[in-house]
Amino acid sequence: MWLIPILPLLGAALNGLWGKRLPLRGIAAIAVGAVACSFLLALIACLSLGDATRMEVYFPWIAGADFQVDFNLYLDPLSAVMSLIVTGVGLLIHIYSIGYMSGEKGVHRFFAYMNLFLFFMLTLVLAGNYLLLLVGWEGVGLCSYLLIGYYFRREDAADAGKKAFIVTRLGDLGFLIGLILLYTTFGSLDYLVIFPEAAQFPVDSDGSGTLTLIGLLLLAGAVGKSAQIPLYVWLPDAMLGPTPVSALIHAATMVTAGVYIIARSSPIYVQAPEALMVVAVIGCITALYAATIGILQTDIKRILAYSTISQLGYMVMACGVGAFGAAVFHLMTHAFFKALLFLGAGSVIHAMGGEQDIRKMGGLRKKIPVTFWTFLFASLALIGAFPFAGFFSKDEILWRTFTSSTGGGRLLWVLALLTAGLTAVYIGRLVFLTFFGESRADPEVASHIHESPKVMTIPLIVLAVLSLIGGWIGWPRFLGGSNHFERWLEPALAAPAAAHAAGEESLEFLLMGLSLAVAALGVYIAYYLFLKRREAADRLAQASGGIYRLLLNKYYVDEIYRFLFVKPLVMGSTEVLWKTLDVGAIDGAVNLAARTTRSLGNALRKIQSGNIRSYAGWVVLGALLLIGFMVTAAS
Amino acid sequence: MPPVTPVHYLFLSMALFTIGVIGVLTRRNVIIILISIELIFNAVNINLVAFSSQFASISGQTFAIFVIVAAAAEAAVGLGIIIALFRNKETVNADEIDLMKW
Amino acid sequence: MQTSDLIRILPEIILAVAGIVVMLLGAFQKQNAGRMHPAIALLGLLGAAGAIAYQYPWRSLDPAFGGMLELDAFSAFFHILFFLVAALVVLSSSEYVAQERLASGEYHALLLFATMGMGLMASSNDLIMIFIGLEISSLASYILVGFRRGVATSSESSLKYFLLGSFATAFLLYGIALMFGATGATNLTEIHLALQAEQNTVTAMASPQLTPLVGPVPTALVGLSIALLFVGFAFKVSAVPFQIWTPDVYQGAPTPVTAFLSTGSKAAAFAVFLRVFMVALEGSAQDWVWLLWVSGLLSMVLGNLAALLQTNIKRMLAYSSIAHAGYILVAFTAHSEEGVAAVMFYLAAYALMNIGAFAVVSHFGNRGERYVEMEHYAGLGYRAPLLAASMTVFLLSLIGIPLTGGFFGKFYIFRAALHADLVWLTVLGVLNSAIAAYYYLRVIVFMYMHPAAEQIPVERVRPAMGFVLIFSMAATFLLGIFPQAVLDFASQAAALLLENLGNGVL
Repeated sequence: MWLIPILPLLGAALNGLWGKRLPLRGIAAIAVGAVACSFLLALIACLSLGDATRMEVYFPWIAGADFQVDFNLYLDPLSAVMSLIVTGVGLLIHIYSIGYMSGEKGVHRFFAYMNLFLFFMLTLVLAGNYLLLLVGWEGVGLCSYLLIGYYFRREDAADAGKKAFIVTRLGDLGFLIGLILLYTTFGSLDYLVIFPEAAQFPVDSDGSGTLTLIGLLLLAGAVGKSAQIPLYVWLPDAMLGPTPVSALIHAATMVTAGVYIIARSSPIYVQAPEALMVVAVIGCITALYAATIGILQTDIKRILAYSTISQLGYMVMACGVGAFGAAVFHLMTHAFFKALLFLGAGSVIHAMGGEQDIRKMGGLRKKIPVTFWTFLFASLALIGAFPFAGFFSKDEILWRTFTSSTGGGRLLWVLALLTAGLTAVYIGRLVFLTFFGESRADPEVASHIHESPKVMTIPLIVLAVLSLIGGWIGWPRFLGGSNHFERWLEPALAAPAAAHAAGEESLEFLLMGLSLAVAALGVYIAYYLFLKRREAADRLAQASGGIYRLLLNKYYVDEIYRFLFVKPLVMGSTEVLWKTLDVGAIDGAVNLAARTTRSLGNALRKIQSGNIRSYAGWVVLGALLLIGFMVTAAS
Repeated sequence: MPPVTPVHYLFLSMALFTIGVIGVLTRRNVIIILISIELIFNAVNINLVAFSSQFASISGQTFAIFVIVAAAAEAAVGLGIIIALFRNKETVNADEIDLMKW
Repeated sequence: MQTSDLIRILPEIILAVAGIVVMLLGAFQKQNAGRMHPAIALLGLLGAAGAIAYQYPWRSLDPAFGGMLELDAFSAFFHILFFLVAALVVLSSSEYVAQERLASGEYHALLLFATMGMGLMASSNDLIMIFIGLEISSLASYILVGFRRGVATSSESSLKYFLLGSFATAFLLYGIALMFGATGATNLTEIHLALQAEQNTVTAMASPQLTPLVGPVPTALVGLSIALLFVGFAFKVSAVPFQIWTPDVYQGAPTPVTAFLSTGSKAAAFAVFLRVFMVALEGSAQDWVWLLWVSGLLSMVLGNLAALLQTNIKRMLAYSSIAHAGYILVAFTAHSEEGVAAVMFYLAAYALMNIGAFAVVSHFGNRGERYVEMEHYAGLGYRAPLLAASMTVFLLSLIGIPLTGGFFGKFYIFRAALHADLVWLTVLGVLNSAIAAYYYLRVIVFMYMHPAAEQIPVERVRPAMGFVLIFSMAATFLLGIFPQAVLDFASQAAALLLENLGNGVL
């Protein structure tokens, strides 16, 4: 099993060290070959797993009297699903990148980073304890940072890379403290030690106990990695990286690490209902919030980025209502269709010669048919149209939210339903503006529009098929299926003590119809506004000027941050505000933090005057302080 | 005349120590600073010898001899460094030696 | 003096002999005949390491020279670390010495003498020996810092280091004298007993005519003395508020010497710091832990914040070394067996990664250390991928990313601090290490994400330097993946060091 993560590492090493001298073909063969082998191995491992779980211990990592951590990998249905998604989708994206990246400089570097990323991601997923998980966790962050800044000649790309790293590190800090707390509580970081013990803990009903605190701290890490409110700001900027990177890291795999960690820690969360509540609320608000912003964005990749944030919110919310299985299910289908959307977008951008503004597209349906059809499949899956993959997973989440025993389940359901409608609107708008109607591109560009090469379209087609049938393994019971998927996952996940109220099938049917109707309505609105009567959209924009501008400017979040945090800084009230408000999480505040520490550092640096006598003075001063302290303490 | 007690020596040595420290802080010529540091070493020696006689123990005096040796070596190295610096910068003024700062 | 005493200091004897041989060769040979010197130096270090290994197991050795020297596992650990550091510095400086036309014989002789002094520091159990070891290593390093004689910054560093160093030593010496005055002893174990009994050591002699000399230990004098000792040691480890010399000296010194100072000298200073405070002064721990607490916190904060603004890599690493001294002081503040082991482990991990980082800086700096600014590193990732990759590994380890030695170093430190209920210090330490990531990453950003502004020549890596880089990288990973062996060694040494003080747990 250890071969699964090691193979991509080998690929990365080969390409990193000698890739410069290899032709593109060789580089691609190494990179894709490594991922393909590890996909096959993962497949074999999963098929041979059955209902069991497997813990492979390689050697003791830290062995102490009171503390032991092994180097171990853990395979259970959850990590099996995750590793299949990571290697499978990763493989397709690698193949796609061969076409997409051809002609770029430093391709070996690109593939080396991609392989390295897969190594860390697989380590994260397969780790048998939290410490090894942390290795993967830090590693994927680093790779994401390197890949966002891949176009290092572009200043904004390098900045975006930095922003991603700093913002997610804030979450990581919470995560790290959570791990320390886990260790002090359970005396171990091993899953197989912690989870049974956590189940013995009394349910932390008033939210004052250690488990709640651990849950919240782990959530902080998840919020950073999975781009939830308030740490979501890095993800849209991360879109400056190459498109396959956005597909792999910022849609299909890395950003789902936060959801994974919550699902993985489900035995802890079920004992801490208050923490779960927070999880659900954060997820739900993020889902709705990001969807509203997505409606008016014009950059094709940024729309998808906000869509990703929104869908991640869905998954987090599902975790929050205790439907961990549904969350993982949606994670999987989302990996298929969102990767496809990004790759399709990449194909569109490729065809348009680098244009990313959907206002300058249109009528592409005929010119790039494969991209169009696959993109359409993915969009339908995202909307949740029957029988596409997204339908099953999304409906499952909505149903579980509706029947959730925790308070406020109904309210969450309403908001989630609203999000589903908005999702239909923004993706409908994207599809209509891009592929239908008249072409609004420059004639110059329009004449060059061409379908992408086969090496790019085949992954698209495979993903499109997966977006269609990928959800069928979770065919719900009331439609005559048996929901294999979640039953298989069951042993890996804990369920909240208070089981979900068993809903009636007719009610479930009704709700399903309702969500389909909402989605259809959303698509129709998009159709009406952005294709049929484009002037209607403008009129609407005028009529609802305030809201329109609010959405267009992403709720002025950047401006609010600037006003709230940066301006007072300029006016000089730095310290107090910084320390009293927990703004460390937020965009403008990152700058503020940097500036505050900078000015502080500057002041400290001034001590270093370069003059020997003043240095001697500092020594004497320090000595006097010490003497004063020691003599008073001693007598 | 009252007898000379260890406390007297202690005060003498402290006075010498303070003079040395003040010398380091106020003088600009690096050679004088070096000499001031030597003064502190001698303050230490007075202490060591005084305590040695108080406890009737030989180790304090031995230590004092070692300190004298080390101080001599230090003076040699220090003067060598000062000469090297003087060749480069043509100055022994401590306030003019601040190429590196911040 | 017995033969066994001589065997105890055999490593030091071998080093001294090798040093003298190298020095004489350098004096009587023609110029440019320096090829032999590194070989002899390495041989000497190997012989010295062999002499340490020969005396294994260190547990059962008696103190030598009437209790002045103690070759226990603690000192063996540090001896091996010093020899390793010195060997790596010798290997990594061969290019540098040739390129800057330094007097090779003297350079290697001084390195060996400094290493010998550090070895004495690690094994001395007596304030007199500590002073002598400290002086031997300091005098050699004062000269080494100013070894680029024709360069003004180098001489300036040397003078600053010398004046401030001897100033701080004078404080230390005054503290020693006062300690002697208060307890009547210079031996650390005797001081411990005297402080515990609150009676000076004169009683131990039980001789009738000395009876009037028996008296209580004056506590104010002890407090004063502890403060002065603290000044001396804190200066050597560059902890706030005595860190002030560090940036200037590290910047101006020849880069391999900076590597040596920031790893070897720092480790030696921590060795005596630990031994004096944990063995002799353990009884007043409730007072001095507060000094450590404040000093550790300030070192981390000041080191990290000031490092954020540096553009010169050597100066940045100097500030970072202040911050790392702060992390180590956090473990020291725990003043437990676990804390001592964490300090030792961290010093080993820090030595390896820092030597590696300075080796890259030294190689890349080229003739006259022209390229030591951050912006010179722009685009290095493409022009010299291996050099950049190894630098990345060292920097990641300095940040404390898992799978590297730096991670476990920090991990053990914060674990020891948590077990000692230093929750606030731990939280502040973790926060600090998060800030620190920023300036290390800046170098990585420059190497990989900026186009090169001007064509900077990158020399081919010679085998000796290549070995240093690969060795440090391998060791950094080794400590990050299999830290157990080194940690066990450190834990045993710490246990042995503290076992005479009663139950071993303070």
